[in-house]
Amino acid sequence: MSTMRDDIRRGLNDIWPAAVAAAPIGLLFGAVAASKGLSPLEVFLMSIMVFAGGAQFAAIEMWASPAPVAALVFSTLLINARHVLMGASLAPKLQGFSRWQKFLGLYYMADENWALAEKRARTHRLTPAYWFAMVIPFVTGWLINSTLGAMIGAVLGDPKRLGADFAFTALFIALVAAFWKGRVTFWTVAAAGIASAVTYRLVGPPWHVAAGALCGLLAAWLAAGGEAQPATEEVKA
Amino acid sequence: MSVDPINLLAFLGMAIVTYVTRVAGLALAGRLSLSPRAQAAFDAIPPAVLIAVIAPSALATGWAETAAAAITALAATRLPLLGVVAVGVVAVVGFRIVM
Repeated sequence: MSTMRDDIRRGLNDIWPAAVAAAPIGLLFGAVAASKGLSPLEVFLMSIMVFAGGAQFAAIEMWASPAPVAALVFSTLLINARHVLMGASLAPKLQGFSRWQKFLGLYYMADENWALAEKRARTHRLTPAYWFAMVIPFVTGWLINSTLGAMIGAVLGDPKRLGADFAFTALFIALVAAFWKGRVTFWTVAAAGIASAVTYRLVGPPWHVAAGALCGLLAAWLAAGGEAQPATEEVKA
Repeated sequence: MSVDPINLLAFLGMAIVTYVTRVAGLALAGRLSLSPRAQAAFDAIPPAVLIAVIAPSALATGWAETAAAAITALAATRLPLLGVVAVGVVAVVGFRIVM
């Protein structure tokens, strides 16, 4: 039987490596957001309201003045659609949570704290104490680092001079490697990249994101056809 | 410290759709069964979107950027996240000087 104090300590213990790893990414996010003309206050507001690293990075890459609101919201929805599956998997493990603890706690569900909670739930009952002990420092770190990055970025000036404009491209390539699942991902990446670049040249931004993403999904669906069928048969048998 | 109203509107829209994706699982729990193909398409969403966002910068900007993207992809098979970013930034600065 674990007490509330144990759960808080365990939550803090589990989250700190992820929080440390996210710190430079938060600084980088703020710095490049500043180069797109966002003020530190705007970066803070975006981070506290949205709190989704991948979607925030994609949004900043697409940012223009005035902001292309529909394209930004659509891209955010696409990138964060995976949360639906993550939440569906986590929901049955939140039995110790009151209604408002669920609705408040899930506001800041991210890849890292979701994965840690799933891991915890395999061996222990998932408690609100554990969840909030993970989430509060993780969110606070992202807020501090992204805002600080925006303040530093505003001083540094033109990011192209230091190659920092390419940091996004490099970061996204690194993130794709983390999602790599073999052949299906290869076709996804090839289709999304070509469709996006062609749309960008022929039609212009921000439509390249939707066109590339949808072609990528179609490619994944087509590529998975051959190998997915036998797997279903196995499950049935 | 200024907040542009259109920017705020964008943050609000992004926040709402993100929150919907985060709580939708509560209603779906136990009722969600995707076909393997649909599951594969769903799993492909993050890489598809990430690549669609950066493709213009990697493929339609110049040879320096395309070459640096290729080096970055190679680094991504070996190095942790920040190492990959460092390799990419150094590569693009180098290629921009020589190309």
